[in-house]
Order: sequence, then C-alpha cells, then structure tokens
Amino acid sequence: MKYLDEYRDADLARQYARQIARITTRPWNIMEVCGGQTHAIVKFGLDELLPKDITLVHGPGCPVCVTPLELIDKALAIASRPEVIFCSFGDMLRVPGSTTDLLSVKARGGDVRIVYSPLDALKLAEQNPAREVVFFGVGFETTAPATAMAVFQAAKRGVKNFSMLVSHVLVPPAMVAVLSSPKCRIQAFLAAGHVCAVMGCEEYFPIAAKYHVPIVVTGFEPLDILQGVWMCVQQLESGRAEVENPYSRAVRREGNPTAQQLIREVFRVIPRKWRGIGEIAQSGLGLSDRYAGFDAERKFGVAGYHADEPSECLSGLVLQGQIKPHECPAFGTRCTPEHPLGAPMVSSEGACAAYYRYRREAAFT
Amino acid sequence: MCLAIPGKIMSISGEDPLERTGKIDFGGILKNANLACVPEAKIGDYVIVHVGFAISRVDEEEAHKVFEYLKEMESLDELREPGP
Ligand code: SF4
Repeated sequence: MKYLDEYRDADLARQYARQIARITTRPWNIMEVCGGQTHAIVKFGLDELLPKDITLVHGPGCPVCVTPLELIDKALAIASRPEVIFCSFGDMLRVPGSTTDLLSVKARGGDVRIVYSPLDALKLAEQNPAREVVFFGVGFETTAPATAMAVFQAAKRGVKNFSMLVSHVLVPPAMVAVLSSPKCRIQAFLAAGHVCAVMGCEEYFPIAAKYHVPIVVTGFEPLDILQGVWMCVQQLESGRAEVENPYSRAVRREGNPTAQQLIREVFRVIPRKWRGIGEIAQSGLGLSDRYAGFDAERKFGVAGYHADEPSECLSGLVLQGQIKPHECPAFGTRCTPEHPLGAPMVSSEGACAAYYRYRREAAFT
Repeated sequence: MCLAIPGKIMSISGEDPLERTGKIDFGGILKNANLACVPEAKIGDYVIVHVGFAISRVDEEEAHKVFEYLKEMESLDELREPGP
C-alpha cells in the first residue's frame, strides 16, 4: 500500500539503525508517547535493532488504557439499561470495570454494539428513534474531531436520542506529568504524529524549552520511528532540545484548523483522571455547556460514580515508563489478554498486550 | 484504536461541507470517510483516515524526505570511509 509499504523496508531500517549507532556515545532514554508507536516498535522489533544504549520507554499514549475505572463503571451502568443501544470502539469491550466488562453486559442481553466511527453511532440513533443511543467517546486529540462532529451534527439535525459518554484525553499535559515526576528518566520524546496532525506542533515548544527535552513529531511506520529516534539522539548528543517535525507528510506546524475549530465548538478543557496515574489538570475534554444535553453522564445520572483501582495492576508505572510490562509480577500469569487485570493488557495498543503478544518468550527467559 | 491510515480518494459526494464524504481506497478495501476537515483534498489525493474521519492530507513532496535523509547520511558515510 502506498505510504505504508515503502516505510517498512527492512534494508532501509537497518541503514537507519546503523546511522543511529554511529552517533550514539552514551545511554539515552526516549519515550514514544503513542500506543500505536509502541505497537509498531514491539511488532517490528525496532528496539532490538537499536544500539544497547538507546532505551525506548513506552508512554501513556493508549486512550483505552488510561480511561479511568469509574468511567468504565459508568459505561457498564448505562449499557445495562434496556432502552439503550451502547456503541463503542471494539477495544473497550473487554476492559475490566470494578466487577464486569461490556462484553459480559452484552452476553447478559445488553445491546452493546461495536462501531467503526462515532458518525455510525449517530446514524444508528436516527434509525432507532425509540431507543437511546449512547457513544463511548474515548480517545486523544486524534479522535476528538470525529466525536465532536457527531455531536455537532446531532445538534444541527435535532437528534434527541443520541448522547455521548466522553472520556477524551489530551497528550501534552500527560507529557508534562511524566516530566514532572521525581522518578522521571525520560530525556526525549517521540511525539504522537496523528495527535499533531490535528493539533499542530505549537504546544510542544514551551515543553521542550522548560524541561530541556527534544520533542520529535513522529509517524507510525518503522522508518518514521527510526528517523524520529535518530533525530532525538542527534539532539541529545549535541545538547539541543528542540521541536522537530520529520512527519511533515501528515503534520503541518499549525495542525488542522478546521478540526481544531470543531473541537473548540463542542468541547471544553477539563481536569481528567488517568487510570493508574491519577488526576491531571487541564488534561481532558468534556462537552461544553452548549452541548450539555448530549452528555450521557447527566442524562443517565451516573456523574457521581467513584471507584478505586485494584492494587495488583501496576499499569500506572507501566504507563509512565517506570517499569516494563514484564516487570509487573502479574504479567502473563494472573494477567493475560484472556483474563486482564488492567487495560494495558486488553487494548491492542497497550504495552502489556504488545509484550504478551510479541515478547512472551523473551520476557520469560 | 488510534490507528490512522493513508488511503486514496476515489470519489467525493455531499453538498454540505460538513458532510462531504469520500470513497477511500485502502489498498483495495473501499471505505467511506468524512472529508469535512480536509476541504482542500481532491480526487486522487491521499488522506489519513481515523475512525471514518480524514484528519490530514498526505503531502507528496514531504513524503520522500525520510528516504532523502537516509541517502544523504549514507553518502556522507561513503565519503568518510571510502570503500575497497
Ligand atoms: S501486566 Fe496486567 S496487571 Fe501488570 S501492569 Fe500490565 S495490565 Fe496491569
């Protein structure tokens, strides 16, 4: 496929790895923010191509993994109602809530449906005027324009039986949270390319300057990731801390203005809890007052839910890059994709699931 | 779920700019995507699609850069260490 296959060329990947080895003189820890990048790194074994001195640390960039337990519980409560058609991306179905998951609600007769796009959920609402259609709006800035569009169109067309359980999170505040931790060992970031395609690069300049970290906007194919690493190492070795954008085929410095306008129209920035990490100020999106009528939490009276996370799952440490998945004592034993204890083992982009799928032998030896 | 992949616009329909929809070819698999956020995209262009929504148009010229970079570095290497 054009714009995919050519960026997976194994020979060119090895050439990049060789160039990285040539300029590396010291150990460096680089965090890839996005779960999609984590998945590509583990799947293509990119970390194993790199010199021993370069450690890729997997970041908090899996929206499924960071959705807080109480939001899952809210989803479960809403999905169990007989009048509701509950729509979600497929990855959310097996994420464990306090007592059960969406898949079990479905098995017990709940009308839980997997949709490809929030716009499909809106279509369902229009086709089923006697039912309440609720969409579980999970995702980073990449997904926010699509969910905003669904709400915007619902308002425009006066669709009253559509609402959204919003769990949107923002990437830059999470990067700041990682950098502010006293245990932080991250020296550079591969920024999430598709988040930047929407939001642009401006937000990263103050972060790079304040914490003196290189931030390189990186795509998702093996060559993109290796080029991102190469640019990080080059900056680290020369003591620079700049924002660079080698993923310019998809990312403009200003991002996508139409998409940003949609987000601003429908959402407002709010504090949000991240699973395993805790509350981060200004790190989420919630519906703005004008669109409060589409807020499923209000509509179904679940806003006050609270839940404590199980202590056995170390996802908070994994998501902040403080331990690797296989260093969690439950990994592969009490926690597997069939019986996940935490979300990073469920989602296809979760670091624990990626290690389980591609690295089990290595992790166990 | 954050997966966003490039596909080629085969046709465009919809009068309302918010509901402009493209038929997108992802290596032989055709799917619809909303094109409201890429008003500049034309038939034949590649767009990056996430959950049925185009978030960016792929810039052909910029797309070669990753290879040029590498070529430059490798040729510098050859200058540095002349082969046998
Ligand atoms: S292996 Fe399981 S229990 Fe351990 S951090 Fe990952 S998801 Fe949590």
